[in-house]
Amino acid sequence: MSILVDKNTRVLTQGITGATGQLHTRACKEYGTQMVGGVVPGKGGTDFEGIPIFDTVEQARKSTGCNATVIYVPPAFAADAMLEAAAAGIELVICITEGIPILDMVKVKAYLAGTKSRLIGPNCPGIITPGECKIGIMPGYIHKPGDIGVVSRSGTLTYEAVYQLTQLGIGQSTCIGIGGDPIVGTTHIDALKLFNEDPKTRAVIMIGEIGGTAEEEAAEYIKQHFKKPVVAFVAGQTAPKGRRMGHAGAIISGGRGTAADKIAALKAAGITVAMSPADLGSTMKSVLESKK
Amino acid sequence: MNIHEYQAKQVLARFGVPVPKGQFATTPDEAAAAFTALGQPKAVVKAQIHAGGRGKAGGVKILTNASEVRDFAARLLSKPLVTHQTGPEGRVVRRVYVEEASNVARELYLGMLVDRKAGTVSVIASTAGGMDIEEVAAKTPEKILTEPINPMLGVAGFQARKIAFALGLKDKQVGQFAALLASLYRAFIETDASLIEINPLVVTAEGRVICLDAKMSFDDNGLFRHADIRELRDANEEDPAETEAAKYDLSYVHLDGNIGCMVNGAGLAMATMDIVKIYGAEPANFLDVGGGASTEKVAAAFHILLADKRVKGVLINIFGGIMRCDVLAQGVVEAAKQVKLNVPLVVRMEGTNVVEGKKILADSGIKVVTASDMADAARRIVKEIGA
Repeated sequence: MSILVDKNTRVLTQGITGATGQLHTRACKEYGTQMVGGVVPGKGGTDFEGIPIFDTVEQARKSTGCNATVIYVPPAFAADAMLEAAAAGIELVICITEGIPILDMVKVKAYLAGTKSRLIGPNCPGIITPGECKIGIMPGYIHKPGDIGVVSRSGTLTYEAVYQLTQLGIGQSTCIGIGGDPIVGTTHIDALKLFNEDPKTRAVIMIGEIGGTAEEEAAEYIKQHFKKPVVAFVAGQTAPKGRRMGHAGAIISGGRGTAADKIAALKAAGITVAMSPADLGSTMKSVLESKK
Repeated sequence: MNIHEYQAKQVLARFGVPVPKGQFATTPDEAAAAFTALGQPKAVVKAQIHAGGRGKAGGVKILTNASEVRDFAARLLSKPLVTHQTGPEGRVVRRVYVEEASNVARELYLGMLVDRKAGTVSVIASTAGGMDIEEVAAKTPEKILTEPINPMLGVAGFQARKIAFALGLKDKQVGQFAALLASLYRAFIETDASLIEINPLVVTAEGRVICLDAKMSFDDNGLFRHADIRELRDANEEDPAETEAAKYDLSYVHLDGNIGCMVNGAGLAMATMDIVKIYGAEPANFLDVGGGASTEKVAAAFHILLADKRVKGVLINIFGGIMRCDVLAQGVVEAAKQVKLNVPLVVRMEGTNVVEGKKILADSGIKVVTASDMADAARRIVKEIGA
């Protein structure tokens, strides 16, 4: 078991002929993911290395029976790509694109609320169930099948966490990058709910960062409902107020969203917080050992 | 991106939002002429910088003749104005705004922002106008009304009325406010704004509802579709190093420490700053080189880091993943030679071909310490600079 994706997931790539789309479709296919189609308006009927290309998501859905799609299209067109995927009834929509106007995301979020589609991202590395299905831009080889769930707002910091776990011989059930934007489809809480129900997941690493109140809300949820151990880290303990730290969502505004507030909320909820990013794996290891 | 008050008022006026008449000036004589052109018995002269607290800092004054306006403008222009938001060095005033004075009967607060939690644009309103809204929110949260706007519907009439009544508006003011709010929302959506703050929104003695002050910020990700808004950028208000970094698609934020950091990915870059601090030193910056990290980008990043004379050492932390470490190492070596790197350099990298990458660094002839992991990297750079 795992959450959201496994070896049966059939994946479409929107923007399959762009440089990024090509590179990562190839890498995901090599990892073993079922990459069943691509969408590029105007290029329907052609193929990318044997993967059929369609003009619309609707056609691709009908022909391939895909149940997930990954979006690499440029920021100006990404919102439309998400809407198209949801309108075609694709269950899982993963948007990697960074730099999407936030008001586009406001509309996408409102539209998706009335559909059956779940959005992961945007501005995220994607999702991987090690050994079964990799959708996105994360390096496959650092992962190891296992029973730790990972949920994070960051890309490379997630790789760091996963790599530390794997080095210690601890595998992962599913790793989700939820994205660094202020408005994302799947939040920490959404991911935690799924991990809570997944019998395969034994414990979770949650990586947050400054900005917003998603970590505080997750802390409250964990306290009330989460049955498994959680190790958390919050990036940006040294970040100044009022400055955007790379990610559009990583900003302390109006004195709110500081790492200190988040860490305090997490600790108050009984969550083990790693204070150093170098201790993510080792903290999880000691938590698992203490539960034996 | 932020813009000046007078620019925000020009943008808002285009959408039919009621603002007082005014004109900006870059010299004392222009300011005096602007006063005369207004043809009113009194006018407000306001320093234009991207920071709040101008009134308390002495940057705003009501004046009654052209020569007073000239003198006040001469006192402000070309000199730094220090407010509680600028830091001790202040911001140099390059423009003043000369605006018709209003007879203020009531001061209110009206804001509009992207509400992360609700996933919508929300209106924030309060009867506590002219005050620091963050302080109001902290001390008297009951005085703040937050109303999320459905993106498919826009501001509904009942919502505008609800806010108007909560603000204590009556009679014709309610209709005026509803029209103002609808225009404000249209301005927000059609310019890809991220924040509009009207503090204060005033009711005049004559019963008009107008925006006495205005602050607008825009979503950087939306600027590509607004050439007119991009033109309002004032480079003087931005950190030159950050502007330079943006040219190379590098995300850089200047900080006060002495360890220059170069990292791929925003989260890892923040975490790297954090671990530098844990090992007893202070980061000089946040810098995300992004996914590519080509020789040109690394060289540009070195230039920007080293231009800060406080930087005593550089820490590079790259989790390559798909990026190959040998290619990255080659880029670091070439860039270090190009910029004649003369401070200690610690490199931590992980990813494909990491062994080859380390060998390239070791054989390069440049003085570089390679670290095995993040903690090791932080420990080594702090030791290298002797902190």
